[in-house]
Amino acid sequence: MMAAKPAAFAPPAPLLTSPERVRPLISLEKAGVTFGRGANAVEALTPTVLDIEKGDFIALVGPSGCGKSTILRLVANLIRATTGHVFVGGREVGAERVGIGMAFQNPTMLPWLRIRDNIMLPLKIVEPFRSEFRAKRKGEFRDRAEALLEVVGLKGFGDKFPWQLSGGMLQRANLCRALIHDPALLLLDEPFGALDQFTREELWAILQKLWMDRRPTVLLVTHDLREAAFLATRVCVMSARPGRIVADDIVPFARPRTLDMTFEPDFVALTQRLRALIVDARTGKV
Amino acid sequence: MDALSERTRQRLKSGLLILSFFVIWEVACIVFKVSEIILPRPTVVMGALVQFFPGIRPHLMQTLYTTLVGFGLGVAIGVLIGAVIGVSRVAYDTAYPLLVGFSSIPKVAVVPIFVLWFGAGTTPAILTSMVICIFPIVVNVATGLATTEPELEDVLKALGAKKFDILWNVSLPRAMPYFFASLKVAITLAFVGTVLSETVASNRGIGNLMMIASSNFNVPLVFAGLFLLAGLGVALYVIFSLIERRVAGWAMRKQDFAMG
Repeated sequence: MMAAKPAAFAPPAPLLTSPERVRPLISLEKAGVTFGRGANAVEALTPTVLDIEKGDFIALVGPSGCGKSTILRLVANLIRATTGHVFVGGREVGAERVGIGMAFQNPTMLPWLRIRDNIMLPLKIVEPFRSEFRAKRKGEFRDRAEALLEVVGLKGFGDKFPWQLSGGMLQRANLCRALIHDPALLLLDEPFGALDQFTREELWAILQKLWMDRRPTVLLVTHDLREAAFLATRVCVMSARPGRIVADDIVPFARPRTLDMTFEPDFVALTQRLRALIVDARTGKV
Repeated sequence: MDALSERTRQRLKSGLLILSFFVIWEVACIVFKVSEIILPRPTVVMGALVQFFPGIRPHLMQTLYTTLVGFGLGVAIGVLIGAVIGVSRVAYDTAYPLLVGFSSIPKVAVVPIFVLWFGAGTTPAILTSMVICIFPIVVNVATGLATTEPELEDVLKALGAKKFDILWNVSLPRAMPYFFASLKVAITLAFVGTVLSETVASNRGIGNLMMIASSNFNVPLVFAGLFLLAGLGVALYVIFSLIERRVAGWAMRKQDFAMG
């Protein structure tokens, strides 16, 4: 816990003190990843221990190539741990179907579908929506997509094709696609990395609102320390490759956080501390 | 309205240019006194076409039929092989060298083998046009399927999508522009295959007609056959372009965009 003074703001987020934390939603138990074999082997992630509680918002920061995305991909069951275990929902990853929404820096909208249909793509694939897709495509599911579009400020753009939208708008749509099936777990890999500062800050507020309304567990990989401190309940700092977690801080500021807060001394102190940690990690001091 | 007339004017221009190609040909033949046995004038060719049309017609239908059947088979088999190769790494590594090797063989060399197996006539012509079609289709379909963005695949895999879900929702639609591009190449190649086989071993079809005409020194008729083949090729190409616009028009948005 850092030395921030919660008194400067409203009381800390209630989730952190809630007693109903029984077992973490996600648990990495000495999970390590090595790509390749023998002489060509590259250790992407040293055996890492990390627990993430249900409803938490974790930001992973660190120098590039440190294995942040590797952790994300482990949790999404896109790659397997070479050593150790990854538990999601209390069982080995993959054993239990936990609803997962994912978004990357590249919005990857399908160019032949309208924005609305792009957003509804997960409903076409994930049960229980999948079996009702034909019946509800033009009714309930459509309304769901429209409601989300409105939240992210894209009301009226559902009929457009992806190439008619700007990068920032596509990234908003990308968030909608990641959330349309109400996933318990939201995995974000530098989703705002390619956007300009103003759009980025606007999307922080939108993401914060979406998180507060729906309370998915979020794992956010980012390079932007202000972004991490603004959004997350916990920030994990990773070292240079092979990555490991060198600091794990709780961000105490009350929600909803505002952009003005990011200029308060406590906030600045936190981001500067994170920055110092990453500089050390880059130069291998930690 | 301005955009429309602009477009029409452009079309008119290219139409005139195409026409002037034939005019130059015609004039050059007259000016340089080119013998009809060497290079007949376009008007003479058209004359021969009209004059012999009742006799040409069955050959034309035969060639069209053979080509379309061969093309259809080629598309079906090509898509199948392309899909397997595009999805599976092992299939790719195994089948690709074989395909490249096979498609490097000049198809003229294959016709005698088909004739040996099936006798002269329609069957070797269909097979030749099929064989010649397959390669571009396989390559394009496989490429289209294999170029799904890995990030999008990750999004879908994280959702628990099966391989088939990804294939159906993402890879196949994505492969459509590639597929249509290959269809346009393949349909013109299919004519090559058919005519090749008809020339070597058949007593029907435009290829055969041109063989007989040239041995009779009826050069205008030979050229009439060429014109017909070119016309058929263009007609089928246009048909596939129109279908492409409907099915895979999203890939050509920039043109539409520029058109306003």
